Amino acid sequence: MASEEMEQLVRREYKQGFVTDIESDTLPPGLDESVIAFISQKKGEPQWMLDWRLEAYRRWLEMTTPSWAHLDYPPIDYQAISYFSAPKKPEDRPQSLDEVDPKLLETYEKLGIPLHERAALAGVAVDAVFDSVSVTTTFKEKLGEAGVIFCSISEAIRDYPELVQQYLGTVVPQSDNYFAALNSAVFTDGSFVYVPEGVTCPMELSTYFRINAANTGQFERTLIICDKRAQVSYLEGCTAPQRDENQLHAAVVELVALEDAYIKYSTVQNWYPGDEDGKGGIYNFVTKRGDCRGDRSRISWTQVETGSAITWKYPSCMLRGKESVGEFYSVAVTNGRQQADTGTKMIHLGENTRSTIISKGIAAGRSDQAYRGMVKIGSRAKGARNYTQCDSLLIGDQCGAHTFPYQEIGNSTATVEHEATTSKIADDQLFYCRARGIDEEDAVSMIVNGFCKDVFQELPMEFAVEAEALLNVTLEGSVG
Amino acid sequence: MLEVKNLHVTVEGKPILKGLDLTVNAGEVHAIMGPNGAGKSTLSAVIAGKDGYEVTEGSILFEGQDVLEMEIEERARAGLLLGFQYPIEIPGVKNIYLLKAALNAARAARGEGEIPAPEFMKLVREKSAEMKMDPSFLQRAVNEGFSGGEKKRNEILQMLVLQPKLAMLDEIDSGLDIDAMKVVAQGVNSLRNADRAILLVTHYQRLLNHIEPDRVHVLVDGRIAKSGDKSLALELESRGYDWVVEESAA
Repeated sequence: MASEEMEQLVRREYKQGFVTDIESDTLPPGLDESVIAFISQKKGEPQWMLDWRLEAYRRWLEMTTPSWAHLDYPPIDYQAISYFSAPKKPEDRPQSLDEVDPKLLETYEKLGIPLHERAALAGVAVDAVFDSVSVTTTFKEKLGEAGVIFCSISEAIRDYPELVQQYLGTVVPQSDNYFAALNSAVFTDGSFVYVPEGVTCPMELSTYFRINAANTGQFERTLIICDKRAQVSYLEGCTAPQRDENQLHAAVVELVALEDAYIKYSTVQNWYPGDEDGKGGIYNFVTKRGDCRGDRSRISWTQVETGSAITWKYPSCMLRGKESVGEFYSVAVTNGRQQADTGTKMIHLGENTRSTIISKGIAAGRSDQAYRGMVKIGSRAKGARNYTQCDSLLIGDQCGAHTFPYQEIGNSTATVEHEATTSKIADDQLFYCRARGIDEEDAVSMIVNGFCKDVFQELPMEFAVEAEALLNVTLEGSVG
Repeated sequence: MLEVKNLHVTVEGKPILKGLDLTVNAGEVHAIMGPNGAGKSTLSAVIAGKDGYEVTEGSILFEGQDVLEMEIEERARAGLLLGFQYPIEIPGVKNIYLLKAALNAARAARGEGEIPAPEFMKLVREKSAEMKMDPSFLQRAVNEGFSGGEKKRNEILQMLVLQPKLAMLDEIDSGLDIDAMKVVAQGVNSLRNADRAILLVTHYQRLLNHIEPDRVHVLVDGRIAKSGDKSLALELESRGYDWVVEESAA
């Protein structure tokens, strides 16, 4: 039988299968086409969306998990994961903060998280999700006036199908990589933003509002489109350590900037890193990519990564428009047994495109991290320029930092600069501060924050303050 | 104020100080001189608490407290401050931020609250003017991109702000041209008062033309071989160190 016919038959069977299957709101572990059909149906998606998911799934089946990253983790059993589950019923969740891990509460305290938010973050069954409802409403009205669309990806598929269909998967194709393919097949949540031509989004967009209302998805899908001359600043994440039943997180973020558009995407992520041995921590395998499609467009990624047991993440820019600009500012902190393999890709395709990469890695405890950066300059990217600076700071002598720069230069008019340093948190710097009366932990945090300053100043103000607090909490106890 | 008795110090197993005695009283300026490798910088480093120096014998008392039992930061807060020969750069940390953190740490140790911002600004502006430092220095990262002279002036600025009881200045004159030396010396002289002691570690006599010491000690082979008043420094200037070395070997 030809494979095409086989495929059709398979698909038909499942189409029939899933209708009778929908009894409960939660699927048992396992992944096959009926699972995907179930998700799509639950979300009330049109046929084209289901087809797109199935196509991704079939590509995924032919792919293998990447092994090039500098990470060490046991193979993931994708059949042991449940791909759709309704939110936990209130009676199954902790009934009060007394039932929550005291260590987690201690951290909230240190980060200064307001009391009423702690419960929601810790997954406690709360009746009213504090006062964010009213905040969200005013928020939506203001955005509506400006013509900005900001909603969940599921709503967007229902309400703005033509926009989604036009852009989804055009930056990160379904088969881009193993985790992106999986995400494309099974994503259940995420954000959608569209900023119309000439509009500067009147406020910073944050998923924070949504995350407090509903649990974040395991396979998030975010799509942000900035039309000509439009601008938006999007904040992702939350400094509070978030617990999640789902160990594997494989998100996809796609950004599209048309002519003269500017997208600023900031992330402060603090997933649960696991216990001292790294047990129970989140695996974060994320594909983030921005497409500077229009001339003079600009995409800027800023990230502060402190959580997760394992991070695999490379926010990238495709610089296609002439004179378009890509930026990547990153601080990655690992402590305990955390592992991070992170970096960026800047693909210069258009003339006179520019990119800047500033990466700061801080490793403490027995953690291990790698910076992996690719700068590719195409043959038509005349006059393209890149500046890369990646610095690593080691605290203690049991951690590791590695740098893997890749450069592919396709024409002779390009300018590419790369600077890299690795330093141990200098005993001399520590001694200098202490000899001025500053105690050791404060001195470390002062030196580390100074080290990260180039990146922190790219963050929106309130995020920068939180990021500093977060850094201090993460590195607590890493000296002495 | 400071009492060093029979101090023996080894670095990586090698004896550097071999039974050093030194007493410094409030209001005095002492100069520690000596040939290279005699252990001059070791003395101030040990008093400040730098790692890598092992005290095998002897004691250091500061206002009756056992210095060797104190953490580095406790020594500084108690008023024992070291001015570095090679001040280190700390990228991204503003000079003014370090000053404020240091001052507040000392205040906290004395049970005082944090210094109010306007008061602090007034203080540092005043003191940097004394050191002929442009206020923009305060906003720059600690010592980053500073010239040799600027670094040394910055060390003295910290002293002026933190007002230590005992200021130890390690080769504060090295790498300074004559104008910078005058500014530094002026700063140090303004620190002089009846309640404060100053310990100058220097190889050359020329600094002592600008900062007049009460006592001069010559350190040879890990011990104080000769002590005297400021005329000893002048004698060293004209005769060199060899005669003291020979005298102490005899």
